[in-house]
Amino acid sequence: MVKIYIPADTTACALGADKVAAEVALQAQNRGLDIEVKRTGSRGAFWLEPLLEVETGEDRYAFGPVRPGDVDGLFEAGLHESSKHPLFLGKVTDIEWLARQDRLTFGRAGVIDPLSLDDYKHEGGYEGLNRALAMTAEEIVEAVTDSGLRGRGGAAFPTGIKWRTVLDTPAEQKYVTANADEGDSGTFADRLLMEADPYQLIEGMTICAMAVGATQGYIYLRSEYPRALRVLSQAIASAEAANLLGSNICGGERDFHLQIRVGAGAYICGEETSMLESLEGKRGLVRFKPPLPAIEGLFGQPTVVNNVLTLAAVSTVLAKGAAHYRDYGSGRSRGTLSVQLAGNIRRGGLVEVPFGASLRELVEGFGGGTASGRPVRAIQVGGPLGAYLPESQWDTPLDYEAFTGVGAMLGHGGVVVFDDSVDMLEQARFAMEFCAVESCGKCTPCRIGSVRGVELIDKIRLNENRPANLELLEELCETLDAGSLCAMGGLTPMPVRSALKYFPKDFERGAGNGIERNMHV
Amino acid sequence: MHSSGEVPAVVVSSAVRKFADTPGGLLPLLHEIQTGLGFIPRESVAAIASGMGLSRAEVHGVISFYHDFRDKPGGQKTIHVCRAEACQAVGSRQLEAHVKTRLGVDYGETTADGRFTLEPVYCLGNCACGPSIRIADDVFARVDADLFDELLGDI
Repeated sequence: MVKIYIPADTTACALGADKVAAEVALQAQNRGLDIEVKRTGSRGAFWLEPLLEVETGEDRYAFGPVRPGDVDGLFEAGLHESSKHPLFLGKVTDIEWLARQDRLTFGRAGVIDPLSLDDYKHEGGYEGLNRALAMTAEEIVEAVTDSGLRGRGGAAFPTGIKWRTVLDTPAEQKYVTANADEGDSGTFADRLLMEADPYQLIEGMTICAMAVGATQGYIYLRSEYPRALRVLSQAIASAEAANLLGSNICGGERDFHLQIRVGAGAYICGEETSMLESLEGKRGLVRFKPPLPAIEGLFGQPTVVNNVLTLAAVSTVLAKGAAHYRDYGSGRSRGTLSVQLAGNIRRGGLVEVPFGASLRELVEGFGGGTASGRPVRAIQVGGPLGAYLPESQWDTPLDYEAFTGVGAMLGHGGVVVFDDSVDMLEQARFAMEFCAVESCGKCTPCRIGSVRGVELIDKIRLNENRPANLELLEELCETLDAGSLCAMGGLTPMPVRSALKYFPKDFERGAGNGIERNMHV
Repeated sequence: MHSSGEVPAVVVSSAVRKFADTPGGLLPLLHEIQTGLGFIPRESVAAIASGMGLSRAEVHGVISFYHDFRDKPGGQKTIHVCRAEACQAVGSRQLEAHVKTRLGVDYGETTADGRFTLEPVYCLGNCACGPSIRIADDVFARVDADLFDELLGDI
């Protein structure tokens, strides 16, 4: 029997993977061939999706991007390792775009059946938890600290220190929460992981629970990810059935219960304290800090709040040792960064590389420039609150400190590419508009400042008191930056200021960047 | 998405029973009601509040805070158009204009035939292959005006 693998990932399916899978099954039946179609997650090479893989012996050979109408031709040309079909890509692991990555977190993505515990364990899964079960809480926290792992949600806070705080805070009840409210435009790494390798997140959370003494966990998942919800729900049920979650885990004395809570379409709930409010069933209003969530978090109890990728990485740290993980990276940014190449990009998708590569290497080397074929003009890194960077900044290494040094941030690793038809005034306006739409409303600079920001940029576009309004816009940015309660208002000035600083021409009279201005009218 | 002929009071009371003892159970409760009825009727706020030990203001506050929850019926299916940056970079502003014209509605509105409610969304996690839209629970990639019209025709 021949095995054919086709992803059931959101992006792959948005490009027709379900139809391709159905067509393969139909063609196999019509031709009387003994073929098993297995659905996987995606390897993240979205530019090649739907990617069809045929297993021959130990190897898999790839075809892509495959449209339903291509399937008949694929069968005719031969679905094997020496196919002459134009969509034939050779051995999957030899595809350079994939081969050049260092996949510590995404190594299983697209390879295994996401819901098969056997597959997961066969590829090294649950080795981390097995080690953790033989360690003391102190030792687990120490390993995580030694690995140099920092929060992948964007704030880059050292994970070990956060866990240490929760461990050292005495309480009857502690919680582990996974922030899966991946709202930044240009990011999809959490979604990809949850759809392709959900047990890795579950394992990481379980290790965390062992480390800090928590017995209850929540995954706060955004409602925009219905596929991830289905996969995770089934994975949790299977892990419970296998005694990897629940009471007396692995026959020991520890309990860890895990539930998914679905958000309701509020970007601000990706902010950790807002997420906690939402988990408590309230409006997602940001809390004052201190107290830190590690001391007074969910329902007032000590709580770990970590991003999906942070928790997933912990399973690798425990399985392979802190030193193995720490050996990747640059400066104080250790391990790998999961870069998400998005927007106007020829070869978009998930690129996991050690910290330290340059933005240019990513966008030009991996990404191959724009999808439109026009020159890249601006790259927004780190989500809607991140800076727009012009070519002069593209050699900045992808490293938390290096990005902070140029007035930018890595955030959750989203890289959104714009070609030369972009109007940066429009992008600055959108940054303010987005803040106005998504502000929780608790603090004035964010709630009202964002609305005023939109108005000001509209006036600048209409050339009303331009110099005075540009000055006022800068003052408004200062107020948002200094006076907001959280990063939503505090960082909204980052895209606005970077647009003003690096692309001033777009804010001049008559404006636009002069190229195809009419595209945006 | 839309009402499946369920009796509102029954859906509400069974959801309240189901989540009354769940810590932080209000969000899952509201999702359950909206899934069952297509919206959260204003008349149900009092029952939810008393069942959950909250004030009506608190319940109303939560319903009105989150973009997903609606207190009026929507269309049979919701169409979400991604308005965020990665999709903007590949023409979502033009797509957005086309969708509004084609459906004859603005965001938050339902088509005259009651089939579609149009909503904005800020990221569907399909950012390498935009512009993206979501129709009910299905996401579609690289959507331009022609593909959108084709998708509408297929429904």
